[in-house]
Amino acid sequence: MLNLGAALPEMFMAVSALALLMLGVFAGKDKSFRMVSWLAVAAQVVAIVLVVMGDGGSAFFGQFSADPFAKFCKVLILIGSATGIIMTMNFAERENMARFEFPILISLATLGMMAMVSANDMLSLYLGLELQSLALYVVAAIRRDTVRSTESGLKYFILGSIASGILLYGMSMVYGFTGTTNFTVLGDTLVGGELPLGALVGLAFIFAGLCFKVSAVPFHMWTPDVYEGAPTPVTSFFAVAPKIAGLALFIRVAVGPFGGAVEDWQQIIVLISILSMAVGSFAALRQENIKRLMAYSSIGHVGFALVGLAAGTQDGVTGVLVYLGIYLVMNLGTFAVILCMRRNDRMNEEITDLAGLAKTKPLMAAITAIFMFSMAGIPPLAGFFGKFYVFKAAVDAGLVTLAVIGLVTSVVSAYYYLRIIKVMYFDEPVEGFDRNGTEMNVIMAVATIIILAFVFFPNPLMDSAAVAAASLFGM
Amino acid sequence: MSDWPILSIVTFLPLVGAALLLLINGEEATVARNSRWVALWTSGFTFLVSLMLWVNFDATTADFQFVEQADWMPGLNISYHMGVDGISVLFVLLATFLTPICILSAWEAIQKRVKEYMIAFLVLETMMVGMFSALDGLLFYLFFEGVLIPMFIIIGVWGGQRRVYAAFKLFLYTLLGSVLMLVALLAMYFEAGTTDIPTLMEYGFDYNMQLWLWLAFFASFAVKVPMWPVHTWLPDAHVEAPTAGSVILAGVLLKMGGYGFLRFSLPMMPLASETFAPLVFTLSIVAIIYTSLVALAQQDMKKLIAYSSVAHMGIVTIGAFTFNQHGIEGSIFQMLSHGVVSGALFLCVGVVYDRIHTREIDAYGGLVHRMPGYALIFMFFTMASVGLPGTGGFIGEILTLLGAFEANTWVAFFAATGLILGAAYALYLYRRIVFGALTKENLKTILDMSPREWIIFAPLVIIVLWMGVYPVSFLDIMHVSVENLVNQVETAQAAAANAAQLAAN
Repeated sequence: MLNLGAALPEMFMAVSALALLMLGVFAGKDKSFRMVSWLAVAAQVVAIVLVVMGDGGSAFFGQFSADPFAKFCKVLILIGSATGIIMTMNFAERENMARFEFPILISLATLGMMAMVSANDMLSLYLGLELQSLALYVVAAIRRDTVRSTESGLKYFILGSIASGILLYGMSMVYGFTGTTNFTVLGDTLVGGELPLGALVGLAFIFAGLCFKVSAVPFHMWTPDVYEGAPTPVTSFFAVAPKIAGLALFIRVAVGPFGGAVEDWQQIIVLISILSMAVGSFAALRQENIKRLMAYSSIGHVGFALVGLAAGTQDGVTGVLVYLGIYLVMNLGTFAVILCMRRNDRMNEEITDLAGLAKTKPLMAAITAIFMFSMAGIPPLAGFFGKFYVFKAAVDAGLVTLAVIGLVTSVVSAYYYLRIIKVMYFDEPVEGFDRNGTEMNVIMAVATIIILAFVFFPNPLMDSAAVAAASLFGM
Repeated sequence: MSDWPILSIVTFLPLVGAALLLLINGEEATVARNSRWVALWTSGFTFLVSLMLWVNFDATTADFQFVEQADWMPGLNISYHMGVDGISVLFVLLATFLTPICILSAWEAIQKRVKEYMIAFLVLETMMVGMFSALDGLLFYLFFEGVLIPMFIIIGVWGGQRRVYAAFKLFLYTLLGSVLMLVALLAMYFEAGTTDIPTLMEYGFDYNMQLWLWLAFFASFAVKVPMWPVHTWLPDAHVEAPTAGSVILAGVLLKMGGYGFLRFSLPMMPLASETFAPLVFTLSIVAIIYTSLVALAQQDMKKLIAYSSVAHMGIVTIGAFTFNQHGIEGSIFQMLSHGVVSGALFLCVGVVYDRIHTREIDAYGGLVHRMPGYALIFMFFTMASVGLPGTGGFIGEILTLLGAFEANTWVAFFAATGLILGAAYALYLYRRIVFGALTKENLKTILDMSPREWIIFAPLVIIVLWMGVYPVSFLDIMHVSVENLVNQVETAQAAAANAAQLAAN
């Protein structure tokens, strides 16, 4: 069945992106930036409504599936990219990168991500993934007059293309050995039986490609360089939406078509997860640049999220989804702080630049401290619950060793989060930062409230994550 | 009054006070003054409300009282479950009693960022009270770990020279221990399908699982107590913390470990506790003797008292693992009296530190000539720390030793020997600071205690005497609950012994 209604949000996003492109072109190159940006944000808000209101189902003859799992992830992605655009506006105008293409590229990338998480076929998966990646390569290099941004875009492009190639190769192997690319059919074919060796090799290649996209170790090399080189708001976008989309895709591929072969892939995920947590924790210890630090931190967080996937159970997937929701909020808040690290109209990126923030801007320091404690997973903040759910699933699945290793690395990672608090609270102040933009204050405030209040109202996020996970397991 | 959620009020009232403090704005001096008063009123009022717990407590039952249960995460079968029994109710009171004293003691000592300081202390109070009254494993863990956040800030911002090092050490040590406990909690949840503490107490895990669970919980509680050899964070934290931070650290936070043993290890893992009791005894005896010797050699007053805390907590852990009425009651009593006495000793250090700004023992001497009142108070608490009859310390020690003697005479022998060393370092400290000739120039103008300081010490003196002269009012409260705990442990151990015998036949 074609059933276009199920893909209504995607179609809306595509049309609105193209309409905005027209608007930008005809309204004049530089003047339209702010207007196009706000309209793109509005379009994403509408898309959120469409996603939530939509009655789901599958479309395009089973290639596309708007199940609750996809809905959940799409809402997170749309929130991430809408906030990303809002955070960019002032920055772009100050830093001379106010081109109207930026919000449009973000919208297209978002469209790609939405297609990814809804993919129910290898080909529609690849289509979405490439749309996302191509838009992101350009976004990374959007400041083409600076060496660092160009370098980061180029690096991302080359490594990303290789990863896509590996992914595609893996898909062709799977197709060759099973004769289908459709997830549902694959799942039926593979259920119960042993995975053919060729399909297993293909699966390993697919996982390798996906690991690159979510920057899991050992395919993480690009992350710190790209994060550091890309303009800060772009980094904040990279750290959130594509990660969520990538992990959602990872889950869909792993438990959907290959759900019957958990034993075959579980060890891969366990290893990747341990490596990511370890690298994310230990490598971040000596970082001085806060964007690089966040890059390693995000590698670590992917490792933690993968702990839930490693369990391979419905609880595990619920855990990952809760983790992603909380990760989204913490990261947006933290990047809002980083974007406020501006002194005499120049951006600062060193951790030491935060020195004495508790004296110069006590409220912002307190908020940052809350983000950091939450990232470190200290209760009663939201970050703890993210970890709690994934580790609970791991223990339930008998992966106690993984849980112990994970929690020990989380203690290591606590060190560098604490270091930021130390710099803010215990060190002597340097010159204060410039005034924060209103939008940043709003984002920080909302994120703080969510992180603090989660302990009292955990159920909305948990319940919807549980519904989303249940839909993947066909219940 | 039973329809009021008293426990929740006691737990979250300080948080309300902290929220009020957030609203205070204006000139720095005004903010500081208002913050002090708001914090004092909040914590004082919390203490008064917590007295309701004592008054309405029914000491004839071992059941949990003032129980509140509400849905929290129904999907996971985890609820907001609070309640106290004879073991925990006194710790709640200890926490609410010490917090106003801490706030009062920081009245003049803390001059910078007063508002933040008071907020940190009120948040800390919420965490402490919540931890002692939580009846759900996850809720317990939440409060147990949450304590680290305000404590890290208190030491790091208002601490001494090496405060950063001390704050990190405290945080990371405790966190590492706690995450292992989290894994154990998750394993229990997986096994029993709930994190509800009363249910888990009844559950009866099998022996092999108990061993692992016990070790994981031990990792967390041993760090918190702290037991030798994982005690090294404590001297650093104590030395660098501001006076009030030390008081709350020694007074309440160390008790979290001992309380954890009594709430989790003993009732939920009775067989593993029996297996590992020799380990606990050995570590405790090493702690008592070794840290007492270390204390003798200290040049820093706070460090000396910190090491003495480790030694005293060794008595506590011995008592907890004797599995008999005397031992466990002694252990709880010792925790309570140590909470008050060591807190008071840190306050004594604070009194002279505020005047001279050094903690070096050599910088003092002959204080009795200028500060007779201080000498009296300091002597009183030194004696209480040594365990002089008539003070709370004596009751705790004698009960514990009695229990230890019933369990194992050698343990009692070594523990008692350690106490002699305790007397040695405490008296040696007292002699060096208070007695001798008053030769140091800067001490010649030192003033005796101010009325505010007298007000701080008065309730502490009364409590310590009360505990020493009429301990029954405290022992009565815990008696039935402890009896129940002992029965529970003995039944489980006897059942296991029977099963082993059957298997052997």
